[in-house]
Amino acid sequence: MTEEIRGRSLWQDALARLKRNRAAVTALVLLALIVLLVTAGPWLSPWSLDEIDWDRISTPPSLETRHWFGTDSVGRDLFVRTLHGGRMSLMVGLVATAVSLVIGIAWGATAGYLGGRVDGFMMRVVDILYAMPFMFFVILLMVFFGRDILLIFVAIGAINWLDMARIVRGQTLALKQREFVEAAVACGLTAPRIIARHIVPNLLGVVAVYVTLTIPQVILVESFLSFLGLGVQEPATSWGALVNEGAQEMESAPWSLLFPAGFLAATLFCFNFVGDGLRDALDPRDR
Amino acid sequence: MLRYSLKRLVGAIPTLLILLTLAFFMMRLAPGGPFDSEKSLPPEIQANLDRKYHLDEPLLQQYGRYLWDLLHGDLGPSFQYRDYTVNELIASGFPVSLRLGLASIAIALVVGVALGTLAALRQNRPADHGIMTLAMTGISIPNFVLAPLLILLFAVHLGWLPAGGWNDGQWRNLVLPVIALALPQVAYIARLMRGSMIEVLRGNAIRTARAKGLPERTVILRHALKPALLPVVSFLGPATAAVITGSVVIEQIFGIPGLGRHFVQGALNRDYTLVMGVVVFYGALIVLLNFVVDLLYAALDPRVRYR
Repeated sequence: MTEEIRGRSLWQDALARLKRNRAAVTALVLLALIVLLVTAGPWLSPWSLDEIDWDRISTPPSLETRHWFGTDSVGRDLFVRTLHGGRMSLMVGLVATAVSLVIGIAWGATAGYLGGRVDGFMMRVVDILYAMPFMFFVILLMVFFGRDILLIFVAIGAINWLDMARIVRGQTLALKQREFVEAAVACGLTAPRIIARHIVPNLLGVVAVYVTLTIPQVILVESFLSFLGLGVQEPATSWGALVNEGAQEMESAPWSLLFPAGFLAATLFCFNFVGDGLRDALDPRDR
Repeated sequence: MLRYSLKRLVGAIPTLLILLTLAFFMMRLAPGGPFDSEKSLPPEIQANLDRKYHLDEPLLQQYGRYLWDLLHGDLGPSFQYRDYTVNELIASGFPVSLRLGLASIAIALVVGVALGTLAALRQNRPADHGIMTLAMTGISIPNFVLAPLLILLFAVHLGWLPAGGWNDGQWRNLVLPVIALALPQVAYIARLMRGSMIEVLRGNAIRTARAKGLPERTVILRHALKPALLPVVSFLGPATAAVITGSVVIEQIFGIPGLGRHFVQGALNRDYTLVMGVVVFYGALIVLLNFVVDLLYAALDPRVRYR
């Protein structure tokens, strides 16, 4: 009977709370399905990304012809294109978020940790950049320097690190003052160990929430650019590009708009729900 | 208060200067020029054109000239629309965009605040869950997806409203673009409002108000609403920026002759001065709006002023 009472870590606690949040769990499952479909789906179809079915141009979805989502105005299979577009959108989301994560954490943690004048200067830079209409700059970049995928990643990542830096800095400042850090100092732990064991794990929660909320934002920015015809280029495609193509023929072929739009919205919806769920799970004060 | 405003105003100058400098050099360093076309021009004509628009001067001198003209409120001639200055193009496009933007922000504010308050008062009950799910949907559906869907439903199928065009800003032409622009902002504001209202309602001031026996209506409208509005006020800056950016694509979809369209067309045609003009103009507008929002915030919340 003398079972040892085990402490529950922050993450075990959070996981338990997350599991109880039905909306977040549903969103997570749906998201996993979308990712699975997007990765494996194109192999299921007999068609390829830029293969043209000359007999069936702009045909509605049909099981018979194996064009499950129909075809577009030049006879390409929309099922395969939607999934390939999804790969692109998700990849942009992940890579650009990683870029913003690295810059944001480095900038924010440095400012918060060093404090004083360095902090003041670094945050002033963030404030100034924050006030800029960045979308305009990204559009300019795309127009003037060509539609390089790498450039899209970097440009979008470069916009999004500002929020991350602010959040990480604020959190670092707050954590420095907390009793458990004081206790750790009193116990004689070294600074790197305090940071690794007490500061970073407490940052991770906020960062995790923020990452799940940044991914949909980034996907949105990429789609926005692609919609304007400034994002990825043929034959590659993304959800934004497909929505753009679909919107041009929505009167005669509504399916070419509805499928990519549905996937895009569903993905953004899921990411936002998971992010919200994570936030509630990691920070239960507001429940 | 005056000191505070002056401080904020001076703080805005470096932002504008950096914005301007970045935009200027990014554009000039990019390959390609405004007079590139299928046929290459004879060198003399090219040289004359370059001289006319001062493109033959060293870059720094051009930059200095641009700044000097800007100080005099002159944004220069447009490269593409000959016979028009950028000032004229902005003067013709901005009122259109302004009308669109103001209508969107106004609707987003009214609807967002109302929905958010309602959700907070019914916290964790069906109405709250319903509103928040709706808000999440609004955030998740990008406006360039929403716009074609709205056109498909209301213009193509039902035929109630026109699918595009401006028509001097008739309300029938305004409805769909304004909905498409406002909906994501409605969602954000509703979420913000719910959160801050819940927080305010837990506060001591509200407990006192209730203890005095005030009717619930008075408690909410007179005591809770103002402090709960603070985060929404500070969100107005980002919201305006989002509406301005959004209007670039919405104007494109609905064929509305506003500034956003000028920007996209100008960028595609490498119309340096027009693009610069729009960026500078919108940049200044956003900075100015952030300043106004700051002041508004300080006026609403005295704690900010003395920090």
